Amino acid sequence: MTNSAPDRALSGGFSDMPVEAAQGFRSVLDALSRPGSIVRLNGATPPAPMSPAAGAVALVLLDNTTPLYLAPGHDTPALCAWIAFHTGAPLVSAETAMFALGTWPALQPVSRFAIGTADYPDRAATLIVETDRLDSSGGRLHGPGIETSARLSLPEIAAFRANHARFPLGFDTLFTCGDRLAGLPRSTQVESD
Amino acid sequence: MYVAVKGGERAIDNAHAFLAEARRGDPTVPELTVPQIREQMALAVARVMAEGSLYDADLAALAIKQARGDLIEAIFLIRAYRTTLPRFGSSRPVDTGTMAVVRRVSATFKDVPGGQVLGPTFDYTHRLLDFALAAEGAPPKAPKAETLGPMPRVGEHLDREGLIEPEPAPDPACAPPPPDLTRTPLELPAERALRLQALARGDEGFLLSLAYSSQRGYGRTHPFVGELRIGEVMVEVEIPELGLTIALGSITVTECETVNQFTGSKTQPAQFTRGYGLVMGHSERKAIAMSLVDRALRWQELGEESTGAPVQDAEFVLMHADNIQATGFLEHIKLPHYVDFQSELELVRRLRAAAHDHESKQVPEGQEAAE
Amino acid sequence: MNDYNFAYLDEGTKRMIRRAILKAVAVPGYQVPFASREMPMPYGWGTGGVQVTAACLRPDDRLKVIDQGADDTTNAVSIRKFFQRTARVATTERTGDATIIQTRHRIPEAPLSEGQILVYQVPIPEPLRFLEPRETETRRMHALQEYGLMHLKLYEDIARHGEIATSYAYPVQVSGRYVMDPSPIPKFDNPKLSNCPALQLFGAGREQRIYAVPPYTQVISLDFEDHPFVATKAPHACDLCGDDGSYLDEVITDDAGRRMFICSDTDHCNSRRAAGHVGALTGDAA
Repeated sequence: MTNSAPDRALSGGFSDMPVEAAQGFRSVLDALSRPGSIVRLNGATPPAPMSPAAGAVALVLLDNTTPLYLAPGHDTPALCAWIAFHTGAPLVSAETAMFALGTWPALQPVSRFAIGTADYPDRAATLIVETDRLDSSGGRLHGPGIETSARLSLPEIAAFRANHARFPLGFDTLFTCGDRLAGLPRSTQVESD
Repeated sequence: MYVAVKGGERAIDNAHAFLAEARRGDPTVPELTVPQIREQMALAVARVMAEGSLYDADLAALAIKQARGDLIEAIFLIRAYRTTLPRFGSSRPVDTGTMAVVRRVSATFKDVPGGQVLGPTFDYTHRLLDFALAAEGAPPKAPKAETLGPMPRVGEHLDREGLIEPEPAPDPACAPPPPDLTRTPLELPAERALRLQALARGDEGFLLSLAYSSQRGYGRTHPFVGELRIGEVMVEVEIPELGLTIALGSITVTECETVNQFTGSKTQPAQFTRGYGLVMGHSERKAIAMSLVDRALRWQELGEESTGAPVQDAEFVLMHADNIQATGFLEHIKLPHYVDFQSELELVRRLRAAAHDHESKQVPEGQEAAE
Repeated sequence: MNDYNFAYLDEGTKRMIRRAILKAVAVPGYQVPFASREMPMPYGWGTGGVQVTAACLRPDDRLKVIDQGADDTTNAVSIRKFFQRTARVATTERTGDATIIQTRHRIPEAPLSEGQILVYQVPIPEPLRFLEPRETETRRMHALQEYGLMHLKLYEDIARHGEIATSYAYPVQVSGRYVMDPSPIPKFDNPKLSNCPALQLFGAGREQRIYAVPPYTQVISLDFEDHPFVATKAPHACDLCGDDGSYLDEVITDDAGRRMFICSDTDHCNSRRAAGHVGALTGDAA
């Protein structure tokens, strides 16, 4: 038996908000401050197609002050209801979003997202990119948080190179796959080798 | 062996116990109650509510008692408490035109519709110590006036003739909610709504001195008190889901609007301009000072010259108006700084040694030999 | 008053601080504005560090708090007690055992490791503030990476004193971009900022700013080719543990002005003494 839609919207959150949010945040912080490292993020069971890791990111970071863009495929009624109930984040267009959620193809063109201003580079979007594959192979990463170099399975190289080229402006990216997450801040240099 | 100021835990506990004892004072003297402070120290309570940004007279009175009468410390207690409170929504703007007035005076007209209402003012008291107050006793009964109706604001009379700049018309349907100083970090340059928020919770003494400096010529704006009014206004919230407006209760506020000379600019004819002050509680000095500072800060918008006066410098005023920020940072210099001091000590010793070397090298050889 | 939320702050406030921390990590050295809350301790006494720590703490953390390098200075004791009460976390004085270290004015002597977070309390986060008091101006200078004023100041020092006369809060450049105030640590500690395996977070409560240095990030102390940066300390060894490489406190011991030098990092000194190291005065103390 499946639950009715309203029931699904109400379930799947953290059972102990302060503690699970703290644990979830530290995992996200770890991932973003060590680009290329992959962390586990449990505790959230959002409706498909949202991954548990992306669900946990939403519970940790989103609320009614954080406009969210749901890319096609993630803008299902069930997911909208879940996000509304658990975070209260207003759903907005890509251009005005502080956070965006979707697969890499669905988020295109990423040039729409806020990259901050010269005075306030922090006013840039964070993309939560759902992927089928997340491992330490592929694009080579250098920069803050990386001792020598690291590798991460990126959906493409060029977009992230272009994003870094605008540093200190640019969006920041969290890749999610099942209950795993990796971070790629705009400060990371990306090479295809 | 010498041990630096360490072993803190017990010292801190002992200091707190000593503080509690000192706060109580001589135990043979009856202890103050919170209602006594609330009723008899009402203006101190009002200041703590205004600068603490929390309208609760009992909590303010408690804070004053706990702070041993140190009002900035009491304001700090209220702020730290306030910040933990959940936020359910924002009220509608209060309408001071419907105020139940206890005091209302205008300096710009001999009489105004509704009359000059002195209310409970110190203004014409002779400042002679009243030794009768040292003894207990009931004050003489004050005569009761008939209840006053709503009074139109004085500015509206000038408005009708076009002699004063119009107030921007509020449009509740499409106006964005004003920014909230306590929820978003101050960004400069700050719009007027944000400036007024900062001034409303700013330190009374700081605003007083700034306003005074403008009167003495540092950014002068020629103000008249168009109107000063004190009384109760209703606080209401809208519940859009229910299509209802609910009255939460009434609060006392002090409002001051100044009428300022303005000789006109290239684009605008001569017209009076406004400075505005609104403070929670009965807080006349603060409201007047606020309206002078507000007006002075509007120089750019009105196309006036900056004379470089402190009161015209929005960043200077806004960054230094908050007494909780100011007192914390000021007093933190009594915390240990010996690590930084040590690095300065080394630097000064090294620079002195270098200077000494330099001097002795310049001494002629003969003299050096004679020493 | 009832029970506090875990780590005192409400969840909405923690989310806001956490978002600011992530942006700070993404733009190393840039000061992210955040809506600092009033804390139950005065501004200037570590409210920024306390808010950052509160937003980072997990129940399984081991927290160390130091002020001037010492665990037992009064303000360190007070902040540690605050988190024991509101977050019920374990505390430690051992640098190596701590997962989060909140500090005022020092970086511990023991090298930090991956997985640790060092939280600095910052009074004035803007390195250009003493050269240009206006926020509107300094923000523009950072935006344009226009740091000539800072170099000019340092150069004037050299012209006047023969060396750069800044001994603490010595300005650094992070990852080749933002000039950053490392908080008032002695410049002796500056080299430890660079390429550190731990994450370094900086919180300024009154000034409403959070900034970060991610692990393994290059942090350069500003200098000139002909006047390279030198980390300095008192030319002595610790009188208790004999270490001649640690930062020292100078303590006046009597009215005749006699003095001794002891490690400012109390955990470092205690660990060395426990391991049998002795200093010039250790014998007398018995």
